[in-house]
Amino acid sequence: MIHVENLVKTFGEVKAVDGVTFDVAKGEIFAFLGPNGAGKTTTIQMLTTLQRPTSGSMKLDGLDPVTQQLQARSTFGIVFQDPSLDGELTAYENMELHGVLYHVPRKVRGERIELLLKLFELWDRKDSYVKTFSGGMKRRLEIARGFLHTPKILFLDEPTLGLDPQSRNQLWTHVKHLNETEGVTVFLTTHYMDEAERVAHRIAIIDHGKIVSVGTAQELKERTGADSLENAFLKLTGSTIRDERADSADQMRQMVRMWRR
Amino acid sequence: MSTIYILWLREVKRYLRSRPQIIASLAQPLLYLLVLGFGLGPVFQSSGQGSYIQFIGPGVIGMGILFTSIFSGIGLLWDRQFGFLKETLVAPVPRLQIMAGRTLGGATIAMIQGTLVLIVCMVAGFRPQSFGAIPMALMFMALTAIVFAALGTAIGSSLKDMQGFQLIMNFMVMPIFFLSGALFPLTNLPTALTVATRLDPMAYGVDGLRAAFIGLSQIGVATDAIVLAIVATLFLILGARAFSRIQV
Repeated sequence: MIHVENLVKTFGEVKAVDGVTFDVAKGEIFAFLGPNGAGKTTTIQMLTTLQRPTSGSMKLDGLDPVTQQLQARSTFGIVFQDPSLDGELTAYENMELHGVLYHVPRKVRGERIELLLKLFELWDRKDSYVKTFSGGMKRRLEIARGFLHTPKILFLDEPTLGLDPQSRNQLWTHVKHLNETEGVTVFLTTHYMDEAERVAHRIAIIDHGKIVSVGTAQELKERTGADSLENAFLKLTGSTIRDERADSADQMRQMVRMWRR
Repeated sequence: MSTIYILWLREVKRYLRSRPQIIASLAQPLLYLLVLGFGLGPVFQSSGQGSYIQFIGPGVIGMGILFTSIFSGIGLLWDRQFGFLKETLVAPVPRLQIMAGRTLGGATIAMIQGTLVLIVCMVAGFRPQSFGAIPMALMFMALTAIVFAALGTAIGSSLKDMQGFQLIMNFMVMPIFFLSGALFPLTNLPTALTVATRLDPMAYGVDGLRAAFIGLSQIGVATDAIVLAIVATLFLILGARAFSRIQV
């Protein structure tokens, strides 16, 4: 369902993604596990047509995200790592807008929005502006929005960042349900080992833009002789702390956050 | 179609919800109208050009449209910053439709803003020659709004962050405004300035508005309309190209 071969993305001097190759089968839940700045988000951005790769090839359900952008976009849904809501619109309006963009028929749209907003306990606040929401509520709304339509491939880029355990549980239950009943292929990135172990069929450990190891959680543990996935991860990626690349957009976001507080 | 509509609606909703900003953005044209209108009025009158308030009224309305439309396009930068842009960029709809919805939304709010400035001008003493000219005035308002909303989208798609914003403001928006003839008649100017004003699409917008509101045109209404339509098409193509190439 996802086929990636020798994918490279450089930003100036920095090689964010450095020759990544992997395949994700239809109906599989595949996790990218890696330290900050390992190239997880950049890989997702290239797969989802937000960045053009420097070199290498990709296929989403047989479609090339570089040359067949529009067709490729219709195969997937995505929950982004960083905010992507319109704060000046209400929660309901954000859902509605998403539903229209993803061609969810009007009748189904209303029902689905109600169902999902109730599931993530946002129904009471459906007519509040998103700018008045707390971080956790915004996160829940983004996830609810991600489930509004049922894509062939679902990208989840650190979806549980900033979520409380209840919502986290709700999210993974829903992801597993979608995967089992609708056969949705899931590509996720996370920092949390226990989540990766719990939901992912296979895990790829990525570091410095390269895939270090791929396999089931069990295989990774066996390969490194570690007793837990966390230790396997540390063995594979070392224990130094990484800095993420901060570009001008990130700086700008930081500045805005500073002024908003 | 529903994509264009929902994004158009978003722009309009956001505008109508920012009431303090609407009022604040009325202050600038009002300042020009009152201070320049009454300050330069006597000089203008004594040189035999008639009432200055009547003369700059259409210019100030054009100014309201120019600023609102160009900034609505540049508002794309804010969407990029707050992340909402991504949400629309990965959606399975042609980017051309997203761009069209945003741009038409920007043009619509610019027209609303232009109408508000007109009302304020009329309160301050500006009088359109006849109400029969309203359709023509609306046409020029719409054309101007589309031209600059599309230009704003093209700029907003090309800039990476807010640092370029000041540059655009000082070296693009202000010259467009000052060279448009909003504040002074475009007759008997030095050749260089005449050339510059003829290259400024806003000059045709202001001339058209002035023709509609007070029956005074230095370029000719037909030329105004044709030039604006051509420039609008050009900027829409430019904006669409820039928008379709955005990477996050």
